[in-house]
Amino acid sequence: MDPVFLSGQLFTGLSVASLLLLTALGLALSFGLMRVINMAHGEFLMIGGYLTFIAAKLMGPGFLWLAFPLAFVGTALLGALLEFTVIRRLYGRPLDTLLATWGISLILQQAARQIFGSTGVPVTAPAWLSGAVVVHGGVLDGLTFPHVRLFVIVLSALVLGGMWWLLNRSPFGMHVRAVNQNREVAASLGVNTRRLDMLVFALGAGIAGVAGVGLALLSPVNPTVGAAYIVNAFLVVVVGGVGSVLGAGAAALLLGFTTALAEGLTSSSLAQSIMLILVVVFLQWKPKGLFPTQSRALEET
Amino acid sequence: MKKDIHARKRHLTLLLTLGVLGGAALAQDTIKVGILHSLTGTMSISEITVANAAQLAVDEINAGSGVMGKKIMVVKEDGASDWPTFATKAEKLLTQDKVAAVFGGWTSASRKSMLPVFEKNGGLLFYPVQFEGNECSPNIVYTGAQPNQQALPALDWAMGKGYKTIFLLGSDYVYPRTANLILKKHITDMKGTLAGEEYVPLGGTEFSSVINKIKAAKPDVIINTLNGDSNVSFFKQYQAAGYSAKTLPVISFSIAEQEAQSIGPALLTGQYATWNYFQSLPNAANKKFVAAYQKKYGKNTAITDPMAHAYMDVYLWKAAVEKAKSFDPMAVRKAIVGISMDSPLGKITVDANGSLTQAVYTGMSGAGGQFKVISQSKGVVAPQPYDKLAFPGKTCP
Repeated sequence: MDPVFLSGQLFTGLSVASLLLLTALGLALSFGLMRVINMAHGEFLMIGGYLTFIAAKLMGPGFLWLAFPLAFVGTALLGALLEFTVIRRLYGRPLDTLLATWGISLILQQAARQIFGSTGVPVTAPAWLSGAVVVHGGVLDGLTFPHVRLFVIVLSALVLGGMWWLLNRSPFGMHVRAVNQNREVAASLGVNTRRLDMLVFALGAGIAGVAGVGLALLSPVNPTVGAAYIVNAFLVVVVGGVGSVLGAGAAALLLGFTTALAEGLTSSSLAQSIMLILVVVFLQWKPKGLFPTQSRALEET
Repeated sequence: MKKDIHARKRHLTLLLTLGVLGGAALAQDTIKVGILHSLTGTMSISEITVANAAQLAVDEINAGSGVMGKKIMVVKEDGASDWPTFATKAEKLLTQDKVAAVFGGWTSASRKSMLPVFEKNGGLLFYPVQFEGNECSPNIVYTGAQPNQQALPALDWAMGKGYKTIFLLGSDYVYPRTANLILKKHITDMKGTLAGEEYVPLGGTEFSSVINKIKAAKPDVIINTLNGDSNVSFFKQYQAAGYSAKTLPVISFSIAEQEAQSIGPALLTGQYATWNYFQSLPNAANKKFVAAYQKKYGKNTAITDPMAHAYMDVYLWKAAVEKAKSFDPMAVRKAIVGISMDSPLGKITVDANGSLTQAVYTGMSGAGGQFKVISQSKGVVAPQPYDKLAFPGKTCP
């Protein structure tokens, strides 16, 4: 195989992995640590995209620096509101949560349609992101690394690192892990579990909002765009091992490279089926995913 | 006895319904037609505006003298982007509402699911969208482009410009697969080179591998049959990889003015599209249509080829009814052959196979999402439902 094509596919794998990770991290938080199957996660991505569009309208070319805080805060506040009004009342009822969040996702889609119209809105990457790094000379002559894809790779690595630090090195993370391991004992030791639930859900939503900014640079921004990403995001969480942030990272890499390999060897539409079959086989072998979490909260279900 | 009560109840409901409708429409003075498009779901982006265009034509006709002295009453149904629903709703329109004609459908899947319903009930469907041909039902008037009125002229144009090495990119469903089957035969026939062929699942958003394959294949031009929002992802990622209309032009068959707006005109500048209609066509009928549509549905609304076809379809039906002096669908189908009119698309004529003889334009996308016509067919092009190279020996019944 042509070395340029091969290295191109390796980069594709990394790029797909970064997108998968970015879309799945918020879900890994709410699904993994709180057992909430949030079907509206894709809509937080979508809202992140629309907030990027608004930032671009307000700021012009330098909009990304406004888009990130705007998308994070906007979706996190919305997440907190949803947790407070709906999800809080449904803890321990996974099927009800699933239905309720699915309903919420439809409401959010329709709201976007009412406000912005059913056709998507244009978001164009700023000039400094629209170029590409091109290799000149040597065996890899012509190999291209688009700036915007490099940007998304760095973004998802930063978000992953930030989340790992938050969960494993900060007092907040210690509380989260404590509640995850044993809610009652954590509560009896003074952890405000209700408040923590809300914060975790809001954080998950906020990360989805940030992911939405990254996606807006590569994908359409329209009311139904979230639905295009939600299935793959769930795959990452399940393959990674429910509740594991690093597992999500490893799963995203695994799925990303598998997809790139399958797409390189066959065609894009066949690759989708190949990846799904491999995931099914993998889960037969390791039903708890790559990094199974030992947790009382998860044992109960 | 029991039956009688039910019948009476039904009559009462009917009376009440008529009462609610204001009693304005007395049965003798109106004729019902159906408009059947996806008003919800993923296809609604494209289909709502097409339904609006048909409605506009109906309103204009009703504001005048109607059709053979009758006002048109529209029964609007929602296909909900779900192909079996299109069949169910078509059945309802034909058997319960007894409509004289139905204007509707967008995807080939929706058309194929409605086709047996129209054939079984002797109904008449006007289908306004470009499609893959290889089908010729006596119950459907196919006004959108046949492959020889969009795909092949686009190929001719590309070859004429010296773009001999061609990459085919499409969404994975019947239209792109069939259109590309035909294109491949003609590429070989015209001594061109097929650089590659790739399909992405409908709604797909990831084009990194595809672009890598394109890079390796080094084509002169891409013929693009991607549908819907996959185009947004494709053009963003194509541009990010360093391509532009200058280095690797793309000719698209499913990008019109409306899609251009949502992709972002900046991403599309200089790219090509082939259609039977562009909003920028300077003819008088088009100026009138654009002004009327924008007056009713918004000043900056983009107008597209399927919308212009849908608008014209209602006028075609009216002309055929008046020629047949009957609302009977089969009499109308018979009378419609040979009808000719000046439409927003320019001069069109209905061929014996139920498709249009119409002009073909290739446009270049500019700022604001409008296309400038840069090439057009010599005169009008007669429709060929069955391509001679791809489907030899097949003809319309």
